[in-house]
Amino acid sequence: MRKAGFALSVVVIVSPAILVFLWMLSLSLKNEIDNLAYPPVFVPTPPTLANFVQVFSENSMGLYFWNSIVVSGLATLVALAVGIPAGYGIARANAHKLTVLILIARMTPALSYLIPLFTVFQLLGLNNTLTALVITHLVITVPIVVYIMAGHFETLPRELEEAAQIDGANVWTVFRYVALPLARPGIIVGTILAFIFSWNNFVFGAVLAGRATRTLPAAVYNVLTFEQLAWGPLAAAAIVVTLPVLLLTIVIQKEIVVGLTHGGVKGG
Amino acid sequence: MNSPALPIPYRPGFLARRRRAYYFFAVPALVVVGAVIIFPWLFTVWMSVFDWRIGSVAHFVGLENYIKLATNQRFLESIVHTFYFTLLAVILPLILGTAAALIFHREFPFRGVLRGIFTMPMMATPVAVALVWTMMFHPQQGVLNYLLSLVGLPPSLWVYSQTLVIPSLVLVEVWHWTPLVMLIVLGGLAALPTEPYESAKLDGATEWQLFRYITFPLLAPFLIVAAVIRTIDALKAFDTIYVISQGGPGTASETINLYLYLQAFAFYNVGNASAVVVVFFIIILALALVLLHVREKTKWI
Repeated sequence: MRKAGFALSVVVIVSPAILVFLWMLSLSLKNEIDNLAYPPVFVPTPPTLANFVQVFSENSMGLYFWNSIVVSGLATLVALAVGIPAGYGIARANAHKLTVLILIARMTPALSYLIPLFTVFQLLGLNNTLTALVITHLVITVPIVVYIMAGHFETLPRELEEAAQIDGANVWTVFRYVALPLARPGIIVGTILAFIFSWNNFVFGAVLAGRATRTLPAAVYNVLTFEQLAWGPLAAAAIVVTLPVLLLTIVIQKEIVVGLTHGGVKGG
Repeated sequence: MNSPALPIPYRPGFLARRRRAYYFFAVPALVVVGAVIIFPWLFTVWMSVFDWRIGSVAHFVGLENYIKLATNQRFLESIVHTFYFTLLAVILPLILGTAAALIFHREFPFRGVLRGIFTMPMMATPVAVALVWTMMFHPQQGVLNYLLSLVGLPPSLWVYSQTLVIPSLVLVEVWHWTPLVMLIVLGGLAALPTEPYESAKLDGATEWQLFRYITFPLLAPFLIVAAVIRTIDALKAFDTIYVISQGGPGTASETINLYLYLQAFAFYNVGNASAVVVVFFIIILALALVLLHVREKTKWI
């Protein structure tokens, strides 16, 4: 009896999470008649990929997908280039006041960065370009990488680095050949979290991007509206947007949990 | 590594020089942070004392933007909506997240897989999630009203109702972010000592007493951390509200963030929007500080 009650509570807390995703999948695999039927049709019979074909052929989803990869990819690369050394410097110089800056950045609403940056991009003629989007996405990626790397370098033993220093290696050599190889697990977590939160961002793309430079989330909202499209293609588009992120999450589930709970980092 | 504690040869100024060298590692990041984070902060404060629409000339107006906000009915209502939304979107995930953490703290078959599934909403793209919830909320064809009918409840208007729109949006927020609370609390549970439980059990304490007098006080710091993070995120909530209700019906679900978006990117009223940002940031900072102060005082639990 006790056991059954516990099993039931597990089912109750887990099912909303899985059912929403299954419903998304169900909507994307059904034709329009079944999607609008009442009572709802739960299992697609037979399932159809027509909705996916439609969003890709009629709505340049391929282009938006590529834009998202370019923007999130470049923003993450720049963040790694500046954020890994910064995290190392902060950890070794005990400059923890610098991470307070990151925490304040975490508290600021994303929209408040957008107004000044939008104004400046307007002056520079950069609005509607991917460059403007990459620069803006640094607001998300740089704090995540700095925060995670500073925390990670803290946990690495200093003895190896000190030994190398005594052998005459300078600070840069020690960082490059001793600390950096040891930091690989932290770098992987930082990279994936930065990429995911950049990928998930909606409002930067919605404001700064032009027709051809929209990222996936912005495109899904701006281009594929309920007026133009039926539920099936919309659900298919939603899956295309979020599937890469869910797959990444599954791949490094354990590390993500550690990264998220230690800093409570979330972009945007 | 046979003598790991070997001292570094001491020369005057050696440590200071080394420290300075470490600071150089942070310089590129500081340049980027200065350009995309600190510059926008300063520029926002600067713009908030100007009357400026994009495309026109800026006039210095001092504190006029702020004074106007203080009497702007729509803005004041957006603050009320934000607080209402935030209150629910903090308390409900805290309760449910703690319950879920207590469940996942125990050993049972497929625990890892089920925990993975439970945390999936947290990483999902908010816009994609919002689209699906929009379809689920649909009053005629939505699956939620069908589920209500299965248990004998009348259909609801969900986000199409002035009174239900905010609770409905909270439902999405709870679904989305309860996993993060669960993970934080689960981390807290993993760090609990075992001795107090053993002696309390020997003294015949009930399961509820164990939770109330041992687990809960020891978890309090973690709950506060979760509450701070949740408060900041709920105040900043934008994507799902914007996609699902656009602040409507009417302005029934217009939060500060939604109002800000309209001022800035529908009316291009940059001066006014910047003043909103400054006020908004002060509200977020104040609430976070209040919660951190509570954390210092958690002895009462």
